[in-house]
Amino acid sequence: MNSPVKHTVAGKPVPLVDGIEKVTGKAIFTADMETTDCLIGRILRSPVSHGRIIRLDTTQAARLEGVVAIVTGEDCPQTYGVIPVAMNEYPMAREKVRYRGEPLAAVAAVDVKTAEMAIDLITVEIEELPGCYTPRESRAPDAPQLHDNKHGNLDRDVHHKFGDVDAGFAEADLVCEETFSCAEVNHAQMEPHAALADYDPERGRLTLHSVTQVPFYVHLTLAQCLEMDTANIRVIKPFVGGGFGARTETLNFEIITALLARKAGGKIMMKLSREESFLTHRGRPETEVILKIGLTQSGKITAIECETTQSGGAYAGYGLVTILYAGALLHGIYDVANVKYDGYRVYTNTPPCGAMRGHGTVDVRHAFECLLDRMANKLELDPFAVRRSNLIKAPTFTANELMINSYGLDECLDKVEKASGWQTRKNSLKPGHGLGMACSHYVSGAAKPVHWTGEPHAVVSMKLDFDGSITVLTGASDIGQGSSTIVAQAAAEVLGIDLSRIRVIANDSAITPKDNGSYSSRVTFMVGNAAIEAAQAMRKKLITAAAKKLEVHPDEIDCEGETFFVSGSSQSELSFHDVAIAALAQEGTINVKGTFSTPVEAQGGKQRGGAVGSTMGFSYAAQVVEVKVDVDTGQIKIEKVWSALDCGFAINPLAVEGQIEGSVWMGMGQAMSERTHFIDGMHTHANFLEYGFPTIMESPHIDVQIVESIDPLGPFGAKEAGEGALSGFPPALVNAVADAIGLEANFLPLTPDRVLEALIKFRRSARRREAIA
Amino acid sequence: MKRIISLRLNGKPVEDAVSDNTLLIDYLRDNHQLTGAKKGCDGGECGACSVLVNGRPRLSCITLTASCQGNDIETIEGQAKNGILSALQRAFHENLGAQCGFCTPGMIMVAESLLRRNVNPDENEIRQVLGGNLCRCTGYVKIIKSVRAAARMMETVS
Repeated sequence: MNSPVKHTVAGKPVPLVDGIEKVTGKAIFTADMETTDCLIGRILRSPVSHGRIIRLDTTQAARLEGVVAIVTGEDCPQTYGVIPVAMNEYPMAREKVRYRGEPLAAVAAVDVKTAEMAIDLITVEIEELPGCYTPRESRAPDAPQLHDNKHGNLDRDVHHKFGDVDAGFAEADLVCEETFSCAEVNHAQMEPHAALADYDPERGRLTLHSVTQVPFYVHLTLAQCLEMDTANIRVIKPFVGGGFGARTETLNFEIITALLARKAGGKIMMKLSREESFLTHRGRPETEVILKIGLTQSGKITAIECETTQSGGAYAGYGLVTILYAGALLHGIYDVANVKYDGYRVYTNTPPCGAMRGHGTVDVRHAFECLLDRMANKLELDPFAVRRSNLIKAPTFTANELMINSYGLDECLDKVEKASGWQTRKNSLKPGHGLGMACSHYVSGAAKPVHWTGEPHAVVSMKLDFDGSITVLTGASDIGQGSSTIVAQAAAEVLGIDLSRIRVIANDSAITPKDNGSYSSRVTFMVGNAAIEAAQAMRKKLITAAAKKLEVHPDEIDCEGETFFVSGSSQSELSFHDVAIAALAQEGTINVKGTFSTPVEAQGGKQRGGAVGSTMGFSYAAQVVEVKVDVDTGQIKIEKVWSALDCGFAINPLAVEGQIEGSVWMGMGQAMSERTHFIDGMHTHANFLEYGFPTIMESPHIDVQIVESIDPLGPFGAKEAGEGALSGFPPALVNAVADAIGLEANFLPLTPDRVLEALIKFRRSARRREAIA
Repeated sequence: MKRIISLRLNGKPVEDAVSDNTLLIDYLRDNHQLTGAKKGCDGGECGACSVLVNGRPRLSCITLTASCQGNDIETIEGQAKNGILSALQRAFHENLGAQCGFCTPGMIMVAESLLRRNVNPDENEIRQVLGGNLCRCTGYVKIIKSVRAAARMMETVS
């Protein structure tokens, strides 16, 4: 369905409003803000993964000339964490360390050399305790306990049941169960972490610039950990070099830098190395999914049972939300009435996991789409057909009461089926070649944020002044996804003015309205709607002023582009400037605002944790992957990818394409090569080479198609576009490999060594089966 | 120990006292406030720090400034002429070759070296040349598209 509404700016593939800065090197990122009066911050990290701190002595370091401040766990007795009920982390360890690389102390010195020498002069004595590195080890009866209040090292367990699962399985013609294991992955955003903190002891004020996606949460956490009034803190987000979820909670180095600045009474630049950025982590946890699906002969899903265990790392962080997301979005993409979900989030002595693009949903979607494909195969059903048998009819609510008002999955399926030539090519590919497909979906912003205040979810302010320019003030964090551009386009569209008349100022707590941040794909939907409302308020002022000047009723005023006139009359036109001056004459500088609040019915079910997964609209995606597998080396080559995403309406088709390409590709990285790796808690992949995300050499063509289902609540009908397509790639790849060589892999990533190992086992069991037959 | 280094920086002759162990990226940032070249990794892995030394791409994070005596150094800041974008800059901007923009200065400089010696590279050449430049946002699709668009722009001009 295409939008019947004619737009002038919304729906146009315009370049990013801050794109010029990016291509000229003028974009200033946090680490670019170092000035000669900055002190340099460095962090001392734990050399062991589990232990009791016996002694931490900073006397020697403090005596070193050029050292200005030293902070340790003693300087901050406040725990913090993104979820109000699960704050169990200190910015620097106190009493115990729980992962290798956990901050112990930090110094501020006049230069890098002195700071590094001072770090070396701090002596630490730690009584090492045995560590737990896998959920199995953590949950063993005699396992050492990471947190005193968490027996069995279980951070959270969640149990949801909808419908009648037993009856559902009894109805099925085929019931299959399989176990999938997915490695831990990291965001590996290109910009290493950095923070710049400036403390003015005369005024008792702190200013922090940081790489964050959530300046508002950082602001609150700083106030809490430094025991300061929020009014004395200012948080500014400059250009940010990617996030993907790594920066959706306050990170320890941000608090540490602020603590140092206060102690030094000055300005501290803290730049983390790439290794430290990996250790700060917050990535997607290693996950085991045990999944059972019931299917009828015609391909209808009758029941789902899923047990998910996530290896969450040493602290709670977003853990509760991640384990809930895995259950909440397991099924809502298809029409399924009977679902049982058991999720376990387990502590391990590794860097804490957190939110990563496709938060919580990727590994369960992977298991689901792989198993569904295999069952379709057994029933001799086409993978597309089996998905079509389970489509949802919007508007509706899912079994767990998630609201669905628009649903373009059917159109996504049609598009990728056709573009990939699925029906004609599927069974006629050369040996070693294969086609696989999968579907996925994601929320357009959480209907209830983790920090619930009752305020609107988004506020956008707008100013018109004597110069005739429109300044839009937003707290939405542009981290490269283009949120400032979307806000500008939404405003220009409603006002009917040229995009060049609009300036977007974002992310300075002293200037811009509060915004929860860039996570859960909330910005386009929520901030977009707030921008529309602000622009409507501004437009009303302009129309009223034009009417007064032309001595007619406001209803008689028409506006085309930047020209205002009386409907049906070609005489007495007013330019935008004329109208602006007339409007300003009434009241001076005009300030208006728009807000967005989520409707109650979008806020999820009443079950415990039912708010997670709730949203105003889901994006939907279908994907086909074509592979070539070399059975001698285990090497998989991606020949091509076809992806279609229902983003409701593409406010900026160029940015939507970029988001789909980027997310599909990130799914490819997780599927093909990426994983963190620890030896006794030591991160051995804490660099780009060993972590191994794809270079331009391995990256395929991605054919992108946009589906527009026009969501009734979305801004111009828009929904999210940056996450939904990611989780389709890994299962589509595994299904393609199965199509190519028969190997049904139950692990991620499919690195050549692991594929080869699996192939050897697969051939052995095939021979055994033949011998028996 | 410091020594006097003279070189051409974005076309301008400069002379500075530089320590023997000063890396080129730190020299650019600390002495000339040129922060376009980025440090994305702990040394030589990501290409975000790429600049041109005598027209060839070089990782400024593992290059000693002292080794650049008498050389011609070009950075992203020198690409626009009188504020007008270069072909590659324009192409990256218009085709969304830059999302977060952190890898962009390095990408553009390396691509620049390619287009100067081959104004009509095929896709494989583009991939080969940019093989050491990592990007985490784009999946590289629009980066390849941007380089091709720039090549077309340059061909039309010449």
